[in-house]
Amino acid sequence: MSLHELGVRQAAEGLAEKKFSSVELTQAVIDRVREKDSEIGAYLTFDEEGALASAKAADEARAARNDLPLLGVPVAIKDLINVKGQPCTCASKMLKGYTSPYDATVIKNLKAAGAVCAGRVNMDEFAMGSSTENSGLGVTRNPYDLSRVPGGSSGGSAAAVGGNLAIAAFGTDTGGSIRQPASFCNIVGLKPSYGRVSRFGVTAFASSLDQVGPMTKSVDDAAMLLQVLAGHDEMDGTTPKDPVPDYMKAMEGASMKGVKIGLPKEYYDVSGLDPEVKRITDEAIRSCEAAGAELVEVSLPHTEYAMAVYYIIAPAEASANLARFDGVRYGHRSERSDDVFNLYARSRAEGFGPEVKRRIIMGTYVLSSGYYDAYYGRASKVRTLIRRDFEEVFKKVDTLLTPVAPTPAFKIGEVQDPLTMYLNDLFTIPGSLAGNCSMSIPAGFAQSGDVKLPVGVQFICDAYREDSLLRIGKAFEGLSGK
Amino acid sequence: MEFENTIGLETHVQLKTNTKMFCSCLLKTGCEPNTNVCPVCLGYPGALPVMNKEAVKLTVMSGLMLGCEINRHATFDRKNYFYPDMAKDYQISENGNPLCIGGGVEITRADGTKKFIRINHIHLEEDAAKINHYAAHSGVDFNRGGTPLMEIVSEPDISSADEAIAYLTALKEILVYAGVSDCNLEEGNMRSDVNISIRPVGAEKLGTKVEIKNMNTFKGIHAALEYEARRQRECMVHSIPIVQETRRWDGDSMETASMRSKENAHDYRYFPEPDLVPVALTEEQVAEWKALLPEKPEVRRARMIEEYGIAEYDAGVLSQHKANADYFEAAAKGLDKKTAKLLCNLYMSDVMALMNATGKAISECAMKPEALRSLVELSAKGTINGPTLKELLPEIFEKGGDPVAIVEERGLGAVSDTAALEAFVDQAIAANPNVVEDYKAGKKAAAGFFVGQVMKLSKGKADPKMVGPMIAKKLAAM
Repeated sequence: MSLHELGVRQAAEGLAEKKFSSVELTQAVIDRVREKDSEIGAYLTFDEEGALASAKAADEARAARNDLPLLGVPVAIKDLINVKGQPCTCASKMLKGYTSPYDATVIKNLKAAGAVCAGRVNMDEFAMGSSTENSGLGVTRNPYDLSRVPGGSSGGSAAAVGGNLAIAAFGTDTGGSIRQPASFCNIVGLKPSYGRVSRFGVTAFASSLDQVGPMTKSVDDAAMLLQVLAGHDEMDGTTPKDPVPDYMKAMEGASMKGVKIGLPKEYYDVSGLDPEVKRITDEAIRSCEAAGAELVEVSLPHTEYAMAVYYIIAPAEASANLARFDGVRYGHRSERSDDVFNLYARSRAEGFGPEVKRRIIMGTYVLSSGYYDAYYGRASKVRTLIRRDFEEVFKKVDTLLTPVAPTPAFKIGEVQDPLTMYLNDLFTIPGSLAGNCSMSIPAGFAQSGDVKLPVGVQFICDAYREDSLLRIGKAFEGLSGK
Repeated sequence: MEFENTIGLETHVQLKTNTKMFCSCLLKTGCEPNTNVCPVCLGYPGALPVMNKEAVKLTVMSGLMLGCEINRHATFDRKNYFYPDMAKDYQISENGNPLCIGGGVEITRADGTKKFIRINHIHLEEDAAKINHYAAHSGVDFNRGGTPLMEIVSEPDISSADEAIAYLTALKEILVYAGVSDCNLEEGNMRSDVNISIRPVGAEKLGTKVEIKNMNTFKGIHAALEYEARRQRECMVHSIPIVQETRRWDGDSMETASMRSKENAHDYRYFPEPDLVPVALTEEQVAEWKALLPEKPEVRRARMIEEYGIAEYDAGVLSQHKANADYFEAAAKGLDKKTAKLLCNLYMSDVMALMNATGKAISECAMKPEALRSLVELSAKGTINGPTLKELLPEIFEKGGDPVAIVEERGLGAVSDTAALEAFVDQAIAANPNVVEDYKAGKKAAAGFFVGQVMKLSKGKADPKMVGPMIAKKLAAM
């Protein structure tokens, strides 16, 4: 196995046992990126010099201490998480040339754990999209079929990990942006419960939904990285002080035996579910049952409203969050800004891409005087009902097993209609609105002509039960015949 | 036709916190532009607000002082508008669910009658940055951006410019008293927007409301209200419709001018701030803050009259400024009513005169309250006489020190020993036989001359109150 193919756990163990150095490992990733990324396009920037310097420092630190969980492990960062001194473009022309003045809390935690925060990976502009085609700065291709999308919005993260151009990556998930690309690129993608991981320093799309999570080659890797990310942060008032369990310990002796798996009927009664995705999901269900899980049909009655609720709340929050990109303090400023109004209007017209504009306009509309009650007000109430649906169900079952996305990766340019694109997040949005945790795990390959396309399944657990989610995920990962 | 005014005020008060509303940047004036800034108050991508608990505490304390009901589950909202002074292009404020609800203040009108002005609510928000305009460009200084502001919204209970100023004066007195704000008008600590409409006396329906912004002095608010009431009256008299609009006060031309009409009013698109959880105050927390509240000025005034036996006027003056009242009460500790009254007289006349002359507040003078107390006690007991007291006071005010020790060290104690005094009296009489003759001839004022002589001989230490009768007795016997 080449060094760039390693996952977090293997890399960390190899480094601890001094089988190879961080410089060697980082160089292997750099070489792989140089060789392959011209065709995949996962990275927007890769500070090779900085990465090797950090790797060298990690190797030197190794002599003094060997207890940092990620010492010397290079990871890729979605280009909306602030790392001091690095770009943070959010894949937008608006922030081209912007250098971040500070570290996000997740980056502080990663650096404290010894990780080398190396390359910055592509995404849909400001995390709005499901294919990374909305990036204002470049195309990212699916490593399993270069004519297809890697999913989105964390498409660069998924393509980098799925194509072995990174040991692991970090993405953000607002309505499915970690889980759907993970499914498309054959990797593990974990969306933590809302508030489990600090959002400080993570450029906001929809503040009540955004979460940072690991995108990895195994469930073990996801657990190791989540351990470093999770916990209360003074800088983010939405992170409670709940203790963080030991996730590796939670996975010891993981088994499907006796696990109560809920199958929400609303998720299986969907038109447009690709037959191959259905087959793979059914096989996953059968193999869980065969391994001793108990299957329970459950209902989440407000599921059908989730899409509408999401496309009111997320754009509303985005319309305010993206107001700050006004050309006054940083970012793109129009050459034609001859007065304050034009400074705003032209800078924003030139800086933002069409999907970002569409969502800002939608969000502005639903918050407008006279429309608030009918849209945002009502959506907030329905959101509460959706959350209660999950709370009720988790009184009966340990987890829910569902498809991640209705289809495998589609062709670049294939989906033109925004509404069709939005349907990609049909299965991931309800959990985001409820604020619980979920994970996409590779489950098989769909036959599409003569190519095989990866497909994952989604496990959803109650809020702050990442320990349970990882334990079940670990058990699923070990099953054969899925 | 007779008209009446309906006036309501929205008063922004800067809270006395060390740091900004949502970040740990220091609040300091007079710094280079954009030096007290960070990613949070500059609205950088990814930055999040962190609640300043001290600002919540000061707002709740203000609410308690003003008799408001405290909302223990207040929530924040985003108020969206684009302007270069607002880093995020939205302001974090409390729209529908503020910290303090109801309450009010009592004002005293010019004719001495009292009136209660109700408060609708008090909410907490962040201040905008400061825009400086230059010849060819404008600059934004974010040092002020994110300062905690409390907005006190009155009910439209005010009916004249005078009442508006009385209301603001009362508010200021209470807030300075509670220590929640310096309410320094020059520094923009207290800024008001006013709403005013007029209607014929007796009319049921309120007139069309006009909002006036951009006033930062009481004088400006008074002038703007007077002007606007006059303008609206003239509109009414000449049947010119009054437009619902926002007007700006121009302090140079002393006029209000239209800024924007209702049709062009901002749509702020308020929605709940997702980055902040509700405030969630426990009953215990509110009780703890309540215990920190100082007495209200009017309550203190009444208590001081009762406790120290001082005049209503004096109690009023003393209680108006917390520092004076605190100092007086510290000095009066343990004194009987008679001595406390002496202390009060001394404070009201001599001490205040010294404060005026030196430009020093009582907190800035070197004299400790205990020193003033022992000075008054020395005088009351007759250990020192009046002239010595007046001589020592400025010195101790300026340089501090213990009066007992100073009197001892310099031998300033009043001579009250009868034998010693008699010796001085005899000496004075013996040295001035012609004055004795004058006295005998009926010039009774000559007695005063001998008192002066005795004071001189005793180097000012004789007690004039004892000397006077002694001389009278001696002269009578001659």
